[in-house]
Amino acid sequence: MVDLGKYAGTVLGAYGVTILLILGLVWLSLRKGAEMRRRLEAQEKRMGRNG
Amino acid sequence: MLSTAAGTASQDAMSIWEYANPKKFMQTSAWALPWVTGLAVVTLVTGLVWGFFFTPDDYRQGATVKIIYIHVPSAMMAINAWAMMLVTSMIWLVRRHHVSVLAAKAAAPIGVTMTLIALFTGAIWGQPMWGTWWAWDPRLTSFLILFLFYLGYIALWEAVEDPDTAADLTSVLCLVGSVFALLSRYAVLFWNQGLHQGASLSLDAEEHVADTYAWPLWVSMAGFVLLFVTLVLIRTRTEIRARRLRALEARERMA
Repeated sequence: MVDLGKYAGTVLGAYGVTILLILGLVWLSLRKGAEMRRRLEAQEKRMGRNG
Repeated sequence: MLSTAAGTASQDAMSIWEYANPKKFMQTSAWALPWVTGLAVVTLVTGLVWGFFFTPDDYRQGATVKIIYIHVPSAMMAINAWAMMLVTSMIWLVRRHHVSVLAAKAAAPIGVTMTLIALFTGAIWGQPMWGTWWAWDPRLTSFLILFLFYLGYIALWEAVEDPDTAADLTSVLCLVGSVFALLSRYAVLFWNQGLHQGASLSLDAEEHVADTYAWPLWVSMAGFVLLFVTLVLIRTRTEIRARRLRALEARERMA
């Protein structure tokens, strides 16, 4: 492990929050994308069945 | 000769507008996404691991210099995301291409996250270096205002029911907010006061960070750009699907 000395909390805090925010954004984007894809497919299938 | 050149240029220009077709955009983005995503993960991990584990402490800033690998790229993307939104919003206002304005809508949550990361990492870095979390410095203040503009932009999309009216209003808001995106970048030059220094990396500056820090920083910046492109593609595809879903639901109600 890298020796961050007296700034360990500062550096790890900055990296930790950044990684959490980026992972959160990626997760939300993928979740919303999957949900919209599922809803659209269901709608297209229903309209296809009903003509 | 000139007419041939003009004809080629005209054909090239035509080819750009092909991507305004949602079907064409979905096809191309589906093909590009795995490549861009892979490249984003590789460059981001390389840049951050290189910067965090394999660069020395700075003689004045100690280990806090490692924050540069997230602070500078996120600040760069906070401004560039707004610039991208400005271009795509202008395309909407002039040419009425829906994919264009949906790309702007898709970019806003990424931009606001980048602005938040830049503000947070700046504050946590500023505390040990400047002795304060925050100062009403020109660059910091214009960044805070840019953050508020991002929130306003996202809120406006949610507040207006008609999608085309929302697109018009948010595009105008984007144009106004561009002043602060520009100020965030050049505030240090406009007002020679405050705590924040000038550009860390600049091809024409006489003085910038040493190569030991600059190379992993370039890689990290490339990683953030590719992450942005990846997320914009994913989120624009979602917005295009949402628009089609609304259209189909409306057609079903009318039937």
